[in-house]
Amino acid sequence: MGILKFGGRLLSNMVHKPVTRNYPAEPREYTDRTRGHVEFDPGRCILCNICGKKCPTGSIHMDKAARKLTVDRMLCIQCGYCVDVCPKKCLSMAADYIPPDTEKIIDTYQVPEKPKEEA
Amino acid sequence: MGKRTIVPFGPQHPALPEPVHLDLELEDETVVRAVPSIGYVHRGLEKLTESYDYESMTYVMERVCGICSFGHGWGYTGAVEGLMGVNIPDRAEYLRIVFHELSRVHSHLLWLGLLADGLGFDSLFMHCWRIREKVLDVFEAVTGGRVILSYCKVGGVKKDLTPEMVQRIVSMCDDIEEDMRRTGYVFMKDSSVRNRLCGTGVLSKEDAVELCCVGPVARGSGVDNDVRSASKWYREVGFEPVLYDEGDCWSRCMVRVDEVVQSLNLVRTALRNLPDGDIAVPVKGPAPVGDFAFRVEQPRGEAFYYVQGNGTKNLGRARVRTPTNINIPAMVRTLQGCNLQDVSMLVITIDPCISCTER
Repeated sequence: MGILKFGGRLLSNMVHKPVTRNYPAEPREYTDRTRGHVEFDPGRCILCNICGKKCPTGSIHMDKAARKLTVDRMLCIQCGYCVDVCPKKCLSMAADYIPPDTEKIIDTYQVPEKPKEEA
Repeated sequence: MGKRTIVPFGPQHPALPEPVHLDLELEDETVVRAVPSIGYVHRGLEKLTESYDYESMTYVMERVCGICSFGHGWGYTGAVEGLMGVNIPDRAEYLRIVFHELSRVHSHLLWLGLLADGLGFDSLFMHCWRIREKVLDVFEAVTGGRVILSYCKVGGVKKDLTPEMVQRIVSMCDDIEEDMRRTGYVFMKDSSVRNRLCGTGVLSKEDAVELCCVGPVARGSGVDNDVRSASKWYREVGFEPVLYDEGDCWSRCMVRVDEVVQSLNLVRTALRNLPDGDIAVPVKGPAPVGDFAFRVEQPRGEAFYYVQGNGTKNLGRARVRTPTNINIPAMVRTLQGCNLQDVSMLVITIDPCISCTER
């Protein structure tokens, strides 16, 4: 009897479309909360380096003298902790994942002087 | 009596999702002794406690293992909250139960798929994983991650549920329950599944008690040692342990099938009675000198978390004792006297999670 119960399911598979997606022809849809990658808005950064200190994998480095912030995309585990601790909310989580690559991606951002002068 | 032969099993073997090695001492086709050895995926995550503060460590600890990720996050944060004397809001407790039970659903469905794959019943394997996908989609919509949720934090949880999300989770539970009625029936009644599992690898209740088994391995032998029975919050949502008495591979399988349905009921009850209020309380300052232990019933059994504070932001020690570690002696006991053909089935039915075991 067990096989008859499951047989119904198997027969319904014949008429239904596949459960899987024809990726990459049919791209994946992300949700609003998907933790894809960290985005950085240099305009609001105050170079406090809390993100760099708290990052569990050490993927964020800040050079205060040169006003540079680097994010090692291959070390980042998308935990979102830097986004939680940033006092100026200049870090945010974007939904899309970084594409696969043959080289290690390190993004460098230059923090402008302007916010410091305003402060 | 035949000549004794030693057959190595693993660390790379089609039946094993993760690397564990067994030296099987055979007489003809009967296993007379099995010597397990682990140590292929040790990453030293507990040592990192000394380098990171207790908040950052949450994200390291939940990466001990992908499948039990939420439970590890909960166990660690629960231990740190106990150490610091923090009481988290009721809503956070309920949300933790919801996501822990959903984790159990996806872990058990993954395991049922692996079991079906081990049996050679590939269509059943694919259907188990098709059902599991629905849980992962909900995880992504609510927490942002499909497997590593990063949902727990010290003091509560990170994100709240919207009414639409609650509705989506409830309708997903109804969907999965309907699917499980068909799929669970195959595990329960199908002759090819029963012929392979019934009477294989019997672990008696006395052995299960003597070897301190935990989780579905113990409950499949009729030993009620579910940690959830001791939790006030689980009692509020109407938890009752699932027990089978046969002690064979089939009863260990049926414990998991029934727990999937039970977990769905717990999730629906928790969401129906979800209290209003905050989802987290702020926790600041260094961890005090002292220690604390916390227990969580993971999908594979009781996991034990120990933390030791030293008066700084970094903990002095964090230790995890995982269920697979405890169940390996039971696996070795059931392997003695079994046929070589049954070895893969016996290894699968303890649901070994080697990444958890070695950390």
